[in-house]
Amino acid sequence: MNLTRRQMLCASVGAAAAGVFGFSLSASATPEATAESIKNFAGGKEPAMGGDLTLTTPEIAENGNTVPIEVSVASPMTDDDYVESVVIYAEGNPNPDVAVFHFTPMSGAAEAKTRMRLAKTQNVVAVAKTSKGQVFMDKKEVKVTIGGCGG
Amino acid sequence: MDNIKPRVKVPKSASAGEIITIKTLINHPMESGLRKGKDGNLIPRQIINKFTCEFNGKPVFSCELEPAISANPYIEFSAKVNEAGTFKFSWLDDDGSVYETENKIAIK
Amino acid sequence: MRNQIIAKAAAVAMTALVPGIAFAGGPVDEELVIDGEIQMITRAAPPEGHPLDEVLSGWLYRTEETRLLETDTFENPGMLEVQDGADLWNTVDGSAGKSCASCHGDAEESMAGVGASFPKWDEASNRPINVELQINKCRTEEMGAEAYKFDAPEQKALTAYVKHQSLGTPVAIDLAEGHMQSWWEKGNELYYTRTGQLNLSCASCHEQNNGNYIRADHLSQGNVNGFPTYRLKQASLVSLHNRFRGCIRDTRAEFPAAFSDELMALEVYVTWRGTGLSVETPAVRQ
Repeated sequence: MNLTRRQMLCASVGAAAAGVFGFSLSASATPEATAESIKNFAGGKEPAMGGDLTLTTPEIAENGNTVPIEVSVASPMTDDDYVESVVIYAEGNPNPDVAVFHFTPMSGAAEAKTRMRLAKTQNVVAVAKTSKGQVFMDKKEVKVTIGGCGG
Repeated sequence: MDNIKPRVKVPKSASAGEIITIKTLINHPMESGLRKGKDGNLIPRQIINKFTCEFNGKPVFSCELEPAISANPYIEFSAKVNEAGTFKFSWLDDDGSVYETENKIAIK
Repeated sequence: MRNQIIAKAAAVAMTALVPGIAFAGGPVDEELVIDGEIQMITRAAPPEGHPLDEVLSGWLYRTEETRLLETDTFENPGMLEVQDGADLWNTVDGSAGKSCASCHGDAEESMAGVGASFPKWDEASNRPINVELQINKCRTEEMGAEAYKFDAPEQKALTAYVKHQSLGTPVAIDLAEGHMQSWWEKGNELYYTRTGQLNLSCASCHEQNNGNYIRADHLSQGNVNGFPTYRLKQASLVSLHNRFRGCIRDTRAEFPAAFSDELMALEVYVTWRGTGLSVETPAVRQ
């Protein structure tokens, strides 16, 4: 790299000041607030980690404004055994709530994809609830990079 | 909001009982309410807060969205198709606007 | 001041983080196929006199998630604005009661491959003309409509729609037309001229350091075959001259006006540097 450390620092101050993130970085939620929301969603049940629920996120997001995420729950999706809902939280965003997906047996598969905003490097958490009252959880850390170049 | 155009991708046909993938994209700023404008004041929140998909009048999939969803919301999900019919999609805006579109599907 | 301190702290943290980042430097060895059928050229043999051994698309420098967004014209969020451009193409505007389609018919036929050969020489104005200025020329001279202002949403959408009709076509501009060669030479000189408080030229990043990181940003060769480009950061299409100005601003220099002689010369030269790459409009970048 031919750029000096000082040049990189200078470039970065300019870039960060010109940032157009969807969020201000001043306030953020906490893992505790997220845990509280999960408790409400799960009706007091302790979610089983992993297992039938898979949350897929990039390890590194090139820009926190558009981070693709995917949830998938292994389920027969029949009238008496299906995934009712999957909730997504971002522990370090100004507000941890991201989205709630509601499925029906007509969904065929409990799978959904969307694109989300992450204010900084943090854990993304997904919790699924089935019609039989089972609760699953998955958690992934996403590193959010702050680019050197605005524009 | 004006000039909001939903886009949906649904196969034209499916075998009975087939699980298909549905992709949706809509142009919307998803203004988070946490961002400051050029004048230094917060820009008021305006997002799409709910999306629903029905097939022949029955619920298939829905979701509630928060300001943490990216601009131009993209939502992809599945549907099991047992009969020919019509998918109806709707997006609900904070300002009360509803953006709707429909797609028909045939059985192979 | 507080912002600067925070930004500096973040910068130090990020600089420390960079060596730990899992993905390797340099371009990836992947093929770009759009909608499973359009085979895109992302690596091309350089034209004569090109300083690099291989011409590479910026797509090869992005992470897998960003790359995937460009492989499907439905999932590509830039296509929303391209669709707006399609509507504008068919919309009558101005005193002559014409739309683009009144003269040019179906853009999928009349504009196929056209965007890959811009900028071109414009005899009337005695300077190169790009797609944005060609649209304005049509609007003022043929339609009796007002020229679009720089970066008006209509200008970005219609430019992207026209260029999208060349999706997959290799970039090839004709330097033998008019005085294109002398504009190429001026652009060449600007490309290597260091500017701003950081004393950087285009070449400092995009020729000498492509494949390296500037903080967390993975530098590409700076080819322009995907413009207007959808940037995740702005969550909208970004025009080429907007990007030029952003780069120059990042060197902490005063930046020239859009469509000025300086930036038109740079567009001629930088477009030539990407000769042989497929037009990717709307490309998706970070």
